[in-house]
Amino acid sequence: MIRIANGQGFWGDWLEAPVRLVEGGPIDYLTLDYLAEVTMSILQKQRQADPNLGYARDFPPLIGRIATQLRQKHIKVVANAGGVNPIACARAVLKAAPALKVAVVLGDDILERIPELLDKGHELRNIDTGKPLAAIRDRILSANAYIGASPLAEALGTGADVIISGRCADAALVLAPMIERFGWRPEDHDKLSAGIVAGHIIECGAQCSGGNCQADWQNIPDLANIGYPIVEAQPDGSFVVTKHPGTGGRIDSHTVKEQLLYEIGDPRQYLTPDCVADFTSLHLEDAGPDRVRGCGVRGGPRPAMLKASISYHAGWKASGTLVYTWPNALEKAQAADRVTRQRLDQLGLRFDEIHTEFFGVNACHGPAARPNHDPPEVQLRIGVRGSDKRAVDRFTREMIPLVLTGPPGGTGYGEGRPEVRQIVAYWPALIPREEIHTRVEVVA
Amino acid sequence: MKVPLSRIAHTRSGDKGDIANIGVIAWSPRYYEILLREVTPERVKSFFGEMVAGGVDRFELPNLSALNLLLHQALGGGGTVSLRTDAQGKTLGAALLGMEIDVDERELTD
Repeated sequence: MIRIANGQGFWGDWLEAPVRLVEGGPIDYLTLDYLAEVTMSILQKQRQADPNLGYARDFPPLIGRIATQLRQKHIKVVANAGGVNPIACARAVLKAAPALKVAVVLGDDILERIPELLDKGHELRNIDTGKPLAAIRDRILSANAYIGASPLAEALGTGADVIISGRCADAALVLAPMIERFGWRPEDHDKLSAGIVAGHIIECGAQCSGGNCQADWQNIPDLANIGYPIVEAQPDGSFVVTKHPGTGGRIDSHTVKEQLLYEIGDPRQYLTPDCVADFTSLHLEDAGPDRVRGCGVRGGPRPAMLKASISYHAGWKASGTLVYTWPNALEKAQAADRVTRQRLDQLGLRFDEIHTEFFGVNACHGPAARPNHDPPEVQLRIGVRGSDKRAVDRFTREMIPLVLTGPPGGTGYGEGRPEVRQIVAYWPALIPREEIHTRVEVVA
Repeated sequence: MKVPLSRIAHTRSGDKGDIANIGVIAWSPRYYEILLREVTPERVKSFFGEMVAGGVDRFELPNLSALNLLLHQALGGGGTVSLRTDAQGKTLGAALLGMEIDVDERELTD
């Protein structure tokens, strides 16, 4: 049996979590997932500004902080902290923790290869819209293929203490130690799928151990000290999800089921670079306090195509807010919205979309929101987006004047006028597996 | 009688581009049949009204007594493009808990 923990569900997750996983009890592997879809484009911009950047900058100081314990307790780290510059990340880790051996997995970054791939006839059509990539070719900011667990397992095979990758399937971070330690082969579809299911359960950190959990949330203990999840994996593919004793949160079949269903499509065909997992084959059972056992997972062979994640510039946006209070708070906010729209129109500004929300009434739930007549306060939130940055900028100067020129009682403008933000949109596509060549390097 | 969905299930929601996903989990395996009967794609689509521009797909997970709902074109363009506060649909699962379903009182007690 091996113990694989996840101490980071996204870049910006709780900084204490990985340290507590290392200190709070036995684990063999610490996985850390840093990369969201938008993160790659931010990192690409950072690398363009400075060739030594482009990775998750929280990662090297974290490894410095836990390096001694990693060595003493023989814990290996598997992280996609490399972003678009895994080698620079590895060098920063070695600076912070010179005694550790660090390996990187390369080959996911296809930004420089886009012209070559298009020339070869790969259209890289958007999975959602069907449009060919050529439509946005001159606006691409980053492009990466999702790589699987096998190159990560190969990197573990070098004996490195820290494995750093760029874009990989999130659950592959958790599957890789199982492949390496149990010797699972590409044709072991059921076992690989079991590892992916276990990985999917823990890849969002505390979201399976009581965080963001609806099930009986008022009674989930000590969220302030929530325990991050650990998978106890067996060579036959069965596993237990648990957390360190004495930590907060809860792990039971309900908290685990909520995470199992999080951000999935067809549960019979969960596509990954290593296999196609069937979530409907999983059997889950409560196996003691804060322990859930999973087994029976079945799956199919890996797909011929890998998913690519491409980001591109898609215009500008800004959102501004004002608060209106009782009496008639909603009516005042609605009047302010009408005034703003009329002024934008009179200025001749054109946007792709203007979107208004009444916070405290229906901002999040829209038509499904429960009616609330005459609430004590309402926040008006108007957002615009479009390709003309000057129009978006002008909009940001149209909200605060309402305080003196619109309906009565406007407040809540203390943060100043809203910021104009670049829209970096996301283009999911498919690329034949044989076009992606991964390689492992030990960085000295 | 009419009860809110929260009486028999809990949910979690998230995004994939402009698609919102809502996992609906029965509090007990004996409520799964009620989910199948009451939480239909048509009912979910009409509950969210104009918020969901596309269709609703439903997948069944009898092993977990759960459903996975995909709400297409439900996030105002999705992710970074959307101007919504909840651009990733994280609160749509909570909204669905308020959907009224028809149950026989005997189905809730045994």
